[in-house]
Amino acid sequence: MLALFGFPFWGGCTAFLLRTDRSRRILLLACAILHLFLTMAAWKVQLRPELNGWLALDTLGLLFLTLISLLFMAAALYAVGYLRRESHGRIKDFEEGVLFSNEPEAVFIGCLLFFLGTMTLVTLSQRFGLLWVAIEATTLSSAPLIYFHRHHRSLEAAWKYLLICSVGIALALLGSFFLVVAAQGTGGRTLIVQDMVQHAAHLRGPWLKAAFLLLLIGYGTKMGLAPLHTWLPDAHSEAPSVVSALLSGALLNCAFLGILRVVQVCVAAGLLSFVQGLLTGFGLLSMGVAAVFIVGQADYKRMLAYSSVEHMGIMALGVGLGGAGIFGALLQAVNHSLAKAMLFLTAGNILGVYKTKTVSGVRGALRVLPVSGALWVAGFLMITGSPPFGLFPSEFAILKAALDGGHGGVAAAYLLSLALIFIGMAGIFLRMAQGEAPSPRCPEPWWSILPPLLLGLGVLVLGLYVPPFLTAALQTISRTLGAP
Amino acid sequence: MILQAIDTLVVLLILTNLLLLGTNRLNGCIRMIAFQGFLLGVLAIFLQTPGNPVHIFLLAAGSMILKGVVFPWLLSRALREAHVRREVDPFVGFTLSLIAGGAALAVAVSLGARLPLPEALGSTLVFPGALFMIFVGFFLIVSRRTALSQVLGYLVLENGIYLCGIALIHDEPVLIEMGVLLDVFVAVFIMGIMIFHIQREFDHIETDQLATLKDVEP
Repeated sequence: MLALFGFPFWGGCTAFLLRTDRSRRILLLACAILHLFLTMAAWKVQLRPELNGWLALDTLGLLFLTLISLLFMAAALYAVGYLRRESHGRIKDFEEGVLFSNEPEAVFIGCLLFFLGTMTLVTLSQRFGLLWVAIEATTLSSAPLIYFHRHHRSLEAAWKYLLICSVGIALALLGSFFLVVAAQGTGGRTLIVQDMVQHAAHLRGPWLKAAFLLLLIGYGTKMGLAPLHTWLPDAHSEAPSVVSALLSGALLNCAFLGILRVVQVCVAAGLLSFVQGLLTGFGLLSMGVAAVFIVGQADYKRMLAYSSVEHMGIMALGVGLGGAGIFGALLQAVNHSLAKAMLFLTAGNILGVYKTKTVSGVRGALRVLPVSGALWVAGFLMITGSPPFGLFPSEFAILKAALDGGHGGVAAAYLLSLALIFIGMAGIFLRMAQGEAPSPRCPEPWWSILPPLLLGLGVLVLGLYVPPFLTAALQTISRTLGAP
Repeated sequence: MILQAIDTLVVLLILTNLLLLGTNRLNGCIRMIAFQGFLLGVLAIFLQTPGNPVHIFLLAAGSMILKGVVFPWLLSRALREAHVRREVDPFVGFTLSLIAGGAALAVAVSLGARLPLPEALGSTLVFPGALFMIFVGFFLIVSRRTALSQVLGYLVLENGIYLCGIALIHDEPVLIEMGVLLDVFVAVFIMGIMIFHIQREFDHIETDQLATLKDVEP
């Protein structure tokens, strides 16, 4: 288990030392493959907790770790081709015509590997202090990734990301301190999730409530729940597409995991209704805000970023509704990660050819880039939750949970947001795919096609058939989060 | 005796915050932050006794060295390299800032009096003091124009949370505390580098110029 998060750090340090770009790219691929292999092995072998139970891999952690590992593998494949294409030296900015250069590749690959290591640590941490350290470390290691193209817009995005997330996460630290106060005098080792769950009946209620609020706001900032999401569209639209894919698919889930850990403790302490009310409120608000900004959005990468806000809202709502909604929220997390990463990678292909991020500048993507264009249209169906893709059953499960629980108003607001987003996105996606082709067909290298294609196939398969081991895992997790 | 020392130190911390709100020189602000780091180190010794002496020593030395020496050094280097104007240049004037500070202090004291505090706290002043620092940190972040002042605000916020931590928590392992300090260190380090880049890109470090990315054109 120590190897699992240790070697990305080792790899990251090595990336700074290696001399040639070629050897660095091989290192990146090797680390991604090794990480995926170790993660798959963790499904087969029961790992013992390490360091007095500070590090342990429970089912919840394993689920998110698998997502991170799969996405990183896809991103690494894509990044190798992407880095080869990005010419070195000065580049002319296609939006404002200024010249800029890219970040040195050693910094980029090194930070990518550090990012992988810190995200792995988030999934392994069982102690709230360590969890905080790991989540803050993900912010720090990913800020240089956003600033890959060294021009003023990406600098602005990286600065907002770093400052807003650091301040938000500082509040989560205060929340972690309050948890310690809540746990004082309960016996047992304080602040380890499993111990707190066992001694939950003795926790001090008011302090636990205050701690949950602060942690929800802190990690919610990082997760992109409205109204704390303001950094997200900027960071996702200015980062290179491969980084956006990781930010949206893997990093937001890590922050969600942080919130779920606190929910586990609160549920055991009997604060179920308090927790559920807050999560439902934040979830619906996020969906509403996302719907407002998606309709008529002029920038397709920002549109994808707001769609992430929407899906984070759906997940929070699912957990907030309880019962079968929790199962739906977890399934949604899996599907959203795969679908959103695929969409960002495809958006990167479109951006590479059309050289613009505005929706009005892209026409006839289906003719110019047949494979990417088809993936783009398929991705639209996936992300809006149309059958036969995987997001349909998960979003339907959440709707059913709302109706079963007698929350008619919640269900109506949920459906209204989904419908608005479907209409808004349909206009954007289809306008980009259809129309006269401005240029002849462009070649599409295999590295730009294969990763999004595989991710998309994953979403399709999950829509038709959820493997039993996944169902069992999701049900195990749901029970720790308050499902009967 | 110990109680009096703690009270004096907390009052000093509150005074440094009020000075931060009223100073117009960035250099002065950085010196104030350094002094805060030093005070927090001394407070850690008082608030954590009785406890494991090695632990207390590491905690006090860690916060004194990092918050009292390293951060101010990083920030003044960023200030020197960026060749920025030395004034704070706030959105909200200094008098108004001080009035807001007074109001924040009143709110912090009344909140501190109302919350059911655990017995572990050294003095009744510590918790309101920490809350006040957190409020001032937020105020500095939103009301100041330069990127450097925002980092200063972040550090004040972090110091307030740290004060809360050393007052409330007595059995947290050193490893985690060091991890927290390390994270903040790296954050300040990266922010310092980015201030340098912002300066090179825009010829100043005023964050209200960082306003290209938005959804609605004005």
